[in-house]
Amino acid sequence: MKKKLPSAFRLLFLAFCLLLSACAPVPTAGPVTLTIMTHDSFAVSEDVVAKFEQANNVKLVFLPSGDTGAALNKAILSKDAPLADVFFGVDNTFLSRALDADLFEAYASPALADIPAEFKLDPQNRILPVDYGDVCINYDKAYFAANNLAVPQSLEDLTLPEYKDLLVVENPATSSPGLAFMLATVQHFGETGYLAYWGQLRDNGVVVVDGWETAYYTNFSASSGRGPQPMVVSYATSPAAEFLFADPPVDEAPTASILGPDTCFRQIEFVGILKGTQQPALAQKFVDFMLSADFQNDMPMQMFVLPVNTQATLPEAFTQYADTASASTSLDPAYIAANRETWINAWTEVVVR
Amino acid sequence: MELGGCFVGLRPPRNDIFDMKLRSLPAILFLAIFFFYPLARILALTLEVSVLTSANLLLTSRVLSFTFYQAFLSTLLTFLLGLPAAYLFARFDFRGKSLLRAVTAIPFMLPTVVVASSFNALFGNRGWLSFLFPLSSFPQPSPFTLILLAHVFYNTTIVIRIVGNALTQLDPRLEAAARTLGANPLQVWTQAILPGLRMPLLAAGLLVFLFDFTSFGVILLLGGAKFATLEVEIYIQALQLLNLPLAALLSLIQLLCTLAFSILYSRLSAQMLVPTAPRPSTARRPRTLVESIYVASLCFLLSAFFVLPLLALPIRSLTRLEADRGERGEVQYGLTSAYYSELFVNRRGSIFYVPPVEAARNSLTYAGATVLLSLALGFPLASALARPGRVERILDPLLMLPLGASAVTLGLGFIVTFNRPLFSSHFSLLSSPLIIPLAHAIIALPFVVRALQPAIAAIPERLRHAAATLGASPWRVWQNVDWPILSRAILSAATFAFTVSLGEFGAATLLARPDFPTLPVAIARFLAQPGGLNYGQAMAMSTILMGVTLLGILSIEKLRLPGAGEF
Repeated sequence: MKKKLPSAFRLLFLAFCLLLSACAPVPTAGPVTLTIMTHDSFAVSEDVVAKFEQANNVKLVFLPSGDTGAALNKAILSKDAPLADVFFGVDNTFLSRALDADLFEAYASPALADIPAEFKLDPQNRILPVDYGDVCINYDKAYFAANNLAVPQSLEDLTLPEYKDLLVVENPATSSPGLAFMLATVQHFGETGYLAYWGQLRDNGVVVVDGWETAYYTNFSASSGRGPQPMVVSYATSPAAEFLFADPPVDEAPTASILGPDTCFRQIEFVGILKGTQQPALAQKFVDFMLSADFQNDMPMQMFVLPVNTQATLPEAFTQYADTASASTSLDPAYIAANRETWINAWTEVVVR
Repeated sequence: MELGGCFVGLRPPRNDIFDMKLRSLPAILFLAIFFFYPLARILALTLEVSVLTSANLLLTSRVLSFTFYQAFLSTLLTFLLGLPAAYLFARFDFRGKSLLRAVTAIPFMLPTVVVASSFNALFGNRGWLSFLFPLSSFPQPSPFTLILLAHVFYNTTIVIRIVGNALTQLDPRLEAAARTLGANPLQVWTQAILPGLRMPLLAAGLLVFLFDFTSFGVILLLGGAKFATLEVEIYIQALQLLNLPLAALLSLIQLLCTLAFSILYSRLSAQMLVPTAPRPSTARRPRTLVESIYVASLCFLLSAFFVLPLLALPIRSLTRLEADRGERGEVQYGLTSAYYSELFVNRRGSIFYVPPVEAARNSLTYAGATVLLSLALGFPLASALARPGRVERILDPLLMLPLGASAVTLGLGFIVTFNRPLFSSHFSLLSSPLIIPLAHAIIALPFVVRALQPAIAAIPERLRHAAATLGASPWRVWQNVDWPILSRAILSAATFAFTVSLGEFGAATLLARPDFPTLPVAIARFLAQPGGLNYGQAMAMSTILMGVTLLGILSIEKLRLPGAGEF
């Protein structure tokens, strides 16, 4: 017993020394490193990454840095000593803010030739479009069939008494799809009209939760959470995911999106080269790579977003269950940036206070 | 009590081995570099006078009053359950005691979204209760009730551990004497037990209150959009609206409130030393009928409150609720191990795939490093604070600030402070895995010190003198007098540090660590995507996190510390 005690402390001391020695710099050898800062939803296949790494003798390091707002904040705050060479994940709702912060080097990638003009929101090419996705209302097919209820066809329909207490949405102050859906209503009803509409939704029992995870997995009835609401604000690609990740496999997706005038809001995500990078040439190659068919073909199954490159092909589940082109709408990023806070605050006053 | 004051007043010669003037220096340096400096930098960078508009002040006062209101109610309710439970664990022996005790600590580290799912799996309108009792209907509690319940669910373990440990050290002969003298049970509590518990009660009260005061996930998830604490509003302003000046103002207010509480605590606790002697465990089996009823009913209550929701999680990870192929509408219940086996397959070839074993290993490595670091820094600091000089009196309230600092603000502070290379151009602390245990230790340190300090302060000087008079070396004195009293407190400090790290508290959530994803990170990745398999895997991963924590807590408690329990 007498011996054990000192040895316990020696162990503690040793562990502390180890911890300190781990601080010592480790010289890096081998290929150069290119760091890409992303939001947490970023994903990519190993073999796609390996292909780029081998072709360019580079090691790619991805830095998932929280949701879009958190990642963008980090990039802005570390601007004078950037943490990465490339930033991926600015969307059209944060676009103006990112450009105002003067984070990015302009780069007119040759790959832009294969991308339709509607996605290129920055004429100076400081940020380049990579993917897009539509935020839509998903509904539980079985619920509507079992209750002989017609599926709503428009935003206006959602205020009808037969849909009372059936919709769950995310708080636009804390959730990106929540914000997108609110913006869809701003686009449809106008800057003044959207509040009256939300007042009607509130009276019709719309449920507001903090974020997508809660809305989808706790409140939505067709997800594995088996919640109480058969309609949820989610993504147009969610039904495809429900089909692909069903257990046991299913013959068709248990959910679908409501496609009516302005019921879906289009989110476009962008990539940019961070000012101050030590490897501008490699960073440009990586941007070209993100816009190339190789990467764009991989994206849908990894991130459940759609490719902007017209040369890319979609997996079958996506063409079958994720088509919303007819119903989507969008707003000018500068207009969003100027009014975002005002709209959200007014929304909060009407819907939750 | 009187005696204790007497001993403190005398300032006897010190003869414990940690009696070095500089013993609190490492902890002070640590907090200065990794807490105060980054915080000061981000606040200096973002705070502006222009933020003081009437609209902003109105928002601030509304948020502040709700924050106080819910924290006060939550703390009260937590003690309502925690005190009887602490008494139960301190005074009685019964089957499954250590397991039940460990289970009450699990919620503390579970991600909020997982807790919400397990409540839903139990109480939801297609949850187990409605499945088992299809005819009865359960009224849906209001969001505010849910917030209070969740706070009790999370924080009861703090009361159980801190107050319960003190209760085991308290002399049971006091109670016996009081009873012999004809005191009724209420008088026994108010006159014999509570006076000896004042300091641990205050310590637990402060910790619980601070945790409720800075509550984030629970409010965000269960409060809908209706309720916001300071921490939630800071998150919304900083990361969603990118309004950093207002976020800085709110962080500053939150910090000042925390400082006020901890100064109050330090003042109050300064005159509350109660000397206790090392004694064997006073826990015993219930003897009278009343005692048996007390033990049985409290065990039932605690099991229902803690075990059922936690059990819902592993059950959910083994069942599928999908409609069968081709059938519509009716949900089929069936057993499956697919979610677990799927965890081991990188089906989509993703570069971010992490095998569950590796995620568990990463979590445990970080937790182990946090325990070592926070004990190494916290023990000397706690012993310095237990017999405070002038420096320590000033230091004492400052120590609690990490618990009141906004995680979002501190995380952003880390980014503006540590984004430059340190020591050499190859090393940046921000991109090193070391940043994680460092960030965890900032939060763990106040826990460790608050768990250790009352125990160290309670060591009776006369025992030390007696030992020294009998010729024991300072080392021997420490070994035979201090250590037996402290070993329990050290265990409880280690448990706190361990759970704080596993649950990924504080600023760490904002720091990138791509190389070594932990269990909570893996859970978040599964929950972020739709589809039955993803949800099932998130539940399976959460079950693994729960199991790892349970094993960790149990083995820390079972650890045979040399010298402990030798009396």
